[in-house]
Amino acid sequence: MTMITIVEAVNRALAYELEADPSVVLLGEDIGVNGGVFRATDGLQAQFGKTRVIDTPLAEIAISGVSVGLATQGLKPVSEIQFMGFIYATMEQLISHAARMRNRTRGRLTCPMVVRAPYGAGIHAPEHHSESTEALFVHIPGLKVVIPSTPRRTYGLLLAAIRDPDPVIFLEPERIYRLIKQDVEEDGVALPLEKCFIEREGSDLTLISWGASMHEARQAVASLEAKGVGVDLIDVATLSPLDSETILASVEKTGRCLIVHEAPKTGGMGAEIAARICEKALLSLKAPVKRVTGYDIIVPLYKLEKHYLPSVKVILQAAQEILEFA
Amino acid sequence: MQPIAHFEIYSHQFLNSAGDLTLPLPPPFHSPRDLLKPYQHMLRIRAFDSKAVALQRTGQIGTFPSSEGEEASMAGIAFAMQAEDVFLPSYREHGVLFARGVSMEEVLLYWGGDERGSNYANARQDFPIAVPIATQVLHAVGVATAFKLKGEKKVAVTTCGDGGSSRADFNEGLNFAGVWQIPLVVVVVNNQWAISVPRSSQSKAATFAQKAIAAGMEGIQVDGNDLIAMTHVCRQAVDKARTGAGPTLIEAVTYRMAPHTTADDASRYRGQEEVNSAKALDPILRLKTFLMREKVWSLDEEEAFKQKLQEEVNEAAKAYQAMSPQPIESIFDYLYAKLPRALEEQKAQAVERSEL
Repeated sequence: MTMITIVEAVNRALAYELEADPSVVLLGEDIGVNGGVFRATDGLQAQFGKTRVIDTPLAEIAISGVSVGLATQGLKPVSEIQFMGFIYATMEQLISHAARMRNRTRGRLTCPMVVRAPYGAGIHAPEHHSESTEALFVHIPGLKVVIPSTPRRTYGLLLAAIRDPDPVIFLEPERIYRLIKQDVEEDGVALPLEKCFIEREGSDLTLISWGASMHEARQAVASLEAKGVGVDLIDVATLSPLDSETILASVEKTGRCLIVHEAPKTGGMGAEIAARICEKALLSLKAPVKRVTGYDIIVPLYKLEKHYLPSVKVILQAAQEILEFA
Repeated sequence: MQPIAHFEIYSHQFLNSAGDLTLPLPPPFHSPRDLLKPYQHMLRIRAFDSKAVALQRTGQIGTFPSSEGEEASMAGIAFAMQAEDVFLPSYREHGVLFARGVSMEEVLLYWGGDERGSNYANARQDFPIAVPIATQVLHAVGVATAFKLKGEKKVAVTTCGDGGSSRADFNEGLNFAGVWQIPLVVVVVNNQWAISVPRSSQSKAATFAQKAIAAGMEGIQVDGNDLIAMTHVCRQAVDKARTGAGPTLIEAVTYRMAPHTTADDASRYRGQEEVNSAKALDPILRLKTFLMREKVWSLDEEEAFKQKLQEEVNEAAKAYQAMSPQPIESIFDYLYAKLPRALEEQKAQAVERSEL
């Protein structure tokens, strides 16, 4: 066991699967010699060669479209889009082809492929490098959307994504790429893609988040627990398909729910979770469901970005309001 | 200052519009008799198109894109390929698919609104038609790259239109193909019209073939209404790709005689005179003239064959009409390899609601 970060866990999962499965190929911009702009693929081309770890010309539509073609031929392409802000060019290929190939051919041709992209604000990056638009992909039938929040989950979920027979969008929280270290056993064991993770258990409040925001959520939970408030802390991890059962069971137990995400509020995944709670667990609620999210604005450039991201203080304030309601 | 790059684009024609063979018959043809099979296939495509349009007019299939006038380009592509190659069509190339073993019934099923039409019983490796424009060029790059990575001696062949050549997918695809030197043949079926936008408004380039040059690959123009040239050039490109000598872009110059689809009214943007003059270039007519002059085909044979084709398309239509629709559950069953638990409730709902 070694203490590794999230970005190192990405690297270790890719290395494991490149070794274990000869059909896995990585492709993307600067992923070879350079090891990726975040070093997620560091050393992999040297280890596995230029036909397994492929530096592509600079063209995101092609990276996604070529992945569709590779995937139909029994290969498992794992592509890297350098930042989520550059993923939009791939949307037609992902929505109109990758997500639909199995359905439109009644299973004759399929697209087992992974698109990896670092997402989110908070690293003082240039414009277009701070997007958190996961909900765009959650809306697309045929795709799966996964966002890990710890090194262990990154390792296990990325393995699961690569082994999945359908296309998976794997979004990596760049803000906490190197913030957390964990012992990760490099045993090649995947984690399930259809389950939320209950990280802490308590009976007073359900706090739901995913990705980089889990970092603030964890601090808020520690502070609440110190005051004697018991919290179910849920890391959604797989946003689509959504494990409603775990969420609903928790809310039925606690009667209180706070959802935290850095993506804009309107049409965000928090809205979907809140709606499901209203449909299925309304009568368990002791207080209205609350959301602490990014605003419905363009992510500010970095001088003001901290005012955009949900902070521990704001999360605690919202939790307090819920707890005081009833 | 001195010029540092040069290029020339060659245009290939063997059979002129009068049906005269202006050069010796090229491979893969050895004698005029070898042309009978592709000729008959061209007649088959035209018979199907005319049946499909009639089925649309009587409400038995949905919107349909006729390929009338483009039969030589399709037959040429089809007869240049090997069975194990992969074909990735745009939405107007059912004529290639027929030659690869896809049935008329399947094509009718697709345009009749049933996904099973893309689950080809034969040609299992060929792609379903792509409705989004030129997106399939990138899939073909991926397929060809897979062949190269796996060391398989197969070729990916894809088509798009003159309009498709304006899209990023096409240009990014050529660029990748050039850099990676993969076994790929891209055919731009230049039928002069992208719905209502004429060729002259699509590109200022003198040819679409030369778009290959910037990508570092070979570009060739062919008279797409000349079955002999079309088959010859496509076969050369496919063979070249198979030996590992790299990708080729072929521009097939043809004419879309029909409207864009049955939902289109072409009289809004082009005159009948233009369509009439294009009819003089009809790929079927010129090959028929040649074959009859060579005495390998007769009017009697033509009549008998067309009669047989009529029966074939009628049978296909009947078989299509006899298919029961898929069960309601099927709308969920092929979304993922295994239906996620999250969707089980919606699937049950869909069945329940259908009984309301």
